[in-house]
Amino acid sequence: MTSELRAQGVPQGVWDWDFALEILPQLLRGLVVTVQATLMGIVVAMVLGLVLALARRSRRRLISWPVGAAVEFVRSTPLLAQLFFLFFVLPEFGIVLSPFLIGVLGLGIHYGCYTSESYRAGIESVPRGQWEAAVALNMAPATKWRRIVLPQAIPTVIPALGNYLVAMFKEAPLLSTVTVLELLAASRNIQSVSFRGMEPFTLAGLLFLAVSLPASVLVRYLERRYGYARA
Amino acid sequence: MPELDPKSGPSPMVRLEGVTKSFGDNVVLNNLDLDVAAGENVVIVGPSGSGKTTILRVIMTLDQPERGRVWVGGDYLYHERRGNDLVKASQNHMRKVRGQVSMVFQHFNLFPHLTALDNVAIGPQRVLGLPKAEARRRAMELLERVALDLQANQSPDQLSGGQKQRVAIARALAMNPKVMLFDEVTSALDPELVGEVLNVLRELATSSDMTMLIVTHEMGFAREIADRVLMFDEGRIVEEGKPDDIFRRPTQERTRSFLQAILHH
Repeated sequence: MTSELRAQGVPQGVWDWDFALEILPQLLRGLVVTVQATLMGIVVAMVLGLVLALARRSRRRLISWPVGAAVEFVRSTPLLAQLFFLFFVLPEFGIVLSPFLIGVLGLGIHYGCYTSESYRAGIESVPRGQWEAAVALNMAPATKWRRIVLPQAIPTVIPALGNYLVAMFKEAPLLSTVTVLELLAASRNIQSVSFRGMEPFTLAGLLFLAVSLPASVLVRYLERRYGYARA
Repeated sequence: MPELDPKSGPSPMVRLEGVTKSFGDNVVLNNLDLDVAAGENVVIVGPSGSGKTTILRVIMTLDQPERGRVWVGGDYLYHERRGNDLVKASQNHMRKVRGQVSMVFQHFNLFPHLTALDNVAIGPQRVLGLPKAEARRRAMELLERVALDLQANQSPDQLSGGQKQRVAIARALAMNPKVMLFDEVTSALDPELVGEVLNVLRELATSSDMTMLIVTHEMGFAREIADRVLMFDEGRIVEEGKPDDIFRRPTQERTRSFLQAILHH
């Protein structure tokens, strides 16, 4: 298909509307993959972040110390390196996952380590009097966490989660390195076949923008709603 | 003091045996002994920083003593019996004994994400295991008792300080405690709101058979409802006795100067 378009002879450096329209569905499919990976990644990050935050607060050093070290390790190494590790090293142990799943896990684990710090800050922002009231009501630890601490901690974490969501979306093109056909990989494929880069990469940028901008507005709304309104 | 045993005859509701607690170099409870009988209303007075709040916090397990033993309603709080030995209590044991105690705080500590009614109902429902409807019904009764049934569905930030403290009292009562601890419950209130909270305490002191330990600076109130007043200073009980004796005829110079200062400020 793209070769036909080249044959029509629109010169390089001149925007070709027909070509742009023709590649749009392929780019949109890439965008869907990017959005899916991001959304699934943030779910992993939200759950994992909470688990890591709780484990890191554990009074048992045998739990808190290794978890703390692992979180710092992941935060201090590039996401790309972690993706390569999952993609190339896990199969050596007989664990073969689909590229998409590796992408979701990579994003989820990487950002989970960041969100765990946000959860920690949120948990620490719950005033001491609340913990003491939970003791005075003789709550079991699980009840205290579920009914008192987390309902107050999590709203303070929501704005940070929103920011990570946007950051994650913009980092999703890294998944192309482990053969996930997301938006940027789709553009690159089109360019390599057609030798026209302007249309696919411009459209890719616009599509990223079309998602990021509304998402940033949402994040700002969340910040207003949960950020500092709670005195 | 001899070791207490649940099997042997009448025992105090609360007993502190040689309890010592310090924060850094500051010894706030110094080898403290104290017995409180069932149903007794004990008022603890003394200067700020004298450790009187720490007595309550130790009984509530909010501060753990370094030395000594605490007995509440038939068992040791921080110790449990294993064979003939008293060993450090498990979390389970501590929770079981602590369940007989509840506490009202100076700064209310209401749960801001719950309504007044849910603040009171959460203990019966989530700790005592009552069915939700039953827990809420009981919570509503308690809110009526502190004259806040009309505010049941408001959130704490919509309530005045006095109303918050009355909800906090209802929340503590909902646990059916044998022992209630009141930690300067009127100190954070505007002066005109103190009365409504003291009225609730007065009603509890006269009509319930709960054991009450009250830390307060309200001397008139203390005199009215106390069975016994403890004058506390520098981690020790300086003087104790009937309210009339403590307030009219204090024997210790420390008590006299404290009362002077607080009554003529």
